[in-house]
Amino acid sequence: MTTAEPPLGKDLIGLEPLSREQILSILDTAEPFKEISERRIKKVPVLRGKTIVNLFFEPSTRTRVSFEFAEKRLSADTVNIAASGSSVSKGETLVDTARNLEAMRIDMVVIRHGASGAAGFLAERIPSNVINAGDGSHEHPTQGLLDLLTIRDHRGSIEGLKVCIVGDVLHSRVARSNIYGLLKLGAEVAVCGPPTLVPRSFAELGVSVFHRVEEAIEWADVLNVLRLQLERMQAGYVPSLREYNRIWGISTERLERAPRDILVLHPGPMNRGVEIDSDVADGPHSVILNQVTNGVAVRMAVLYLLAGGAPERAEAAKHGGEA
Amino acid sequence: MATNERSAVMDEAAVNRAVARMAREIIERNGGTEGLVLMGIHRRGTQIAALLRSEIEKAEGVRVPVGSIDITLYRDDLMQVGPKPVVGGSDLPLSGIDDEKIVIVDDVLYTGRTIRAAMNELMDWGRPAQIHLCVLVDRDGRELPIQADVVGRHVEVLRGQQVEVLVPGLDGRLGVDLVTIRREDA
Repeated sequence: MTTAEPPLGKDLIGLEPLSREQILSILDTAEPFKEISERRIKKVPVLRGKTIVNLFFEPSTRTRVSFEFAEKRLSADTVNIAASGSSVSKGETLVDTARNLEAMRIDMVVIRHGASGAAGFLAERIPSNVINAGDGSHEHPTQGLLDLLTIRDHRGSIEGLKVCIVGDVLHSRVARSNIYGLLKLGAEVAVCGPPTLVPRSFAELGVSVFHRVEEAIEWADVLNVLRLQLERMQAGYVPSLREYNRIWGISTERLERAPRDILVLHPGPMNRGVEIDSDVADGPHSVILNQVTNGVAVRMAVLYLLAGGAPERAEAAKHGGEA
Repeated sequence: MATNERSAVMDEAAVNRAVARMAREIIERNGGTEGLVLMGIHRRGTQIAALLRSEIEKAEGVRVPVGSIDITLYRDDLMQVGPKPVVGGSDLPLSGIDDEKIVIVDDVLYTGRTIRAAMNELMDWGRPAQIHLCVLVDRDGRELPIQADVVGRHVEVLRGQQVEVLVPGLDGRLGVDLVTIRREDA
């Protein structure tokens, strides 16, 4: 028996600070967790007795439910807190909310917050494990991981694949987590969308920039189509939804011109007929529902790796010491 | 520097003879092969289960279903040892385990904690008619009231020694060794 390094450390804030090996270890750990969700009794006892708080300051259905299933299938006890209807709406600060939860002896916090950096801010201030479920336009690491897992499932390996992220890259935490994860695993990454939403500065991250979706489709093995936030239209980033669809929308007609068999991902929720057409979403290229299934497995893997990840540190932190 | 002393307890022929006898005992205990399912514990138990299956096939002409269990997620010491980064995954026979006669197969029976975890996992999968335990090597040191029904060989293991089962798929050969761990500060 070797005493292995904690695979992830205390928290999962983003994919940017992780190594290639850490990302691969999460993906490999997710594989056997897929099978648990196919069992008749979808539950293993590995996190029995752990208390996890899902702290959601922004509305979310898919991510919250996915985390909750992952937690329950590992036998953790879970509590959901939504910003509306909680003390948060009475003006309590993030740290006070978290400290109050800590005082009730919790083990982990899954946090979704509108401010970039909120998850990291919290992680530095409480001894519980913190998992970022999306913070502003910073990162959404478990979404990035489930995208990686889904691509790997369908293409065998990420290395050398050409992946293009299409849409509102500027505001997208999903795009950032994808870019960091894909680059670390050796993919070539491009982004594509209207210049207002795909600034040239993204090239600094080491990705190519396309401003015509036809070029992106010509180039890519995989398209990750982002949701167009409807607020962007009011803010003047795009002239109209119909025009966005006409110029940037992923349609069967466009995909038919692709020189190779293309894989289409979408993090949801979809605006059918805006960034993606219905016949693509439901068609043979789409792996959108596989992403959802993989989301539970990836989150189980992350919870499992963090829960046992740093027993000494967690113990020391609980006793108020540094480790 | 630690220099380990290794001595053979069973060579390949001895393991094969033991497995052949164990296979017959399993058949006898279950009154044939009807409803029999071998569940090997990941990883060496799975290999021993495969050997048992081919012996049962030789004797009875029936290929009994074989599955494998990874007990990582049912261990009671996650917080002490930290997680194993990669969990092996369990592999259930297609027919399921409800009302089947399960034989858990492992390489070494020591504390009994692995078997406890395996039984809990099996119970989460369904309701077997019965569970037997079959191990190639039985040694002292039980921490739970668990005993094997079918045993290849009982091995005396002294302090500072450990018993290692070697299988072709993982170690390149079949056998059982007793390893004495010598430390200079010991």
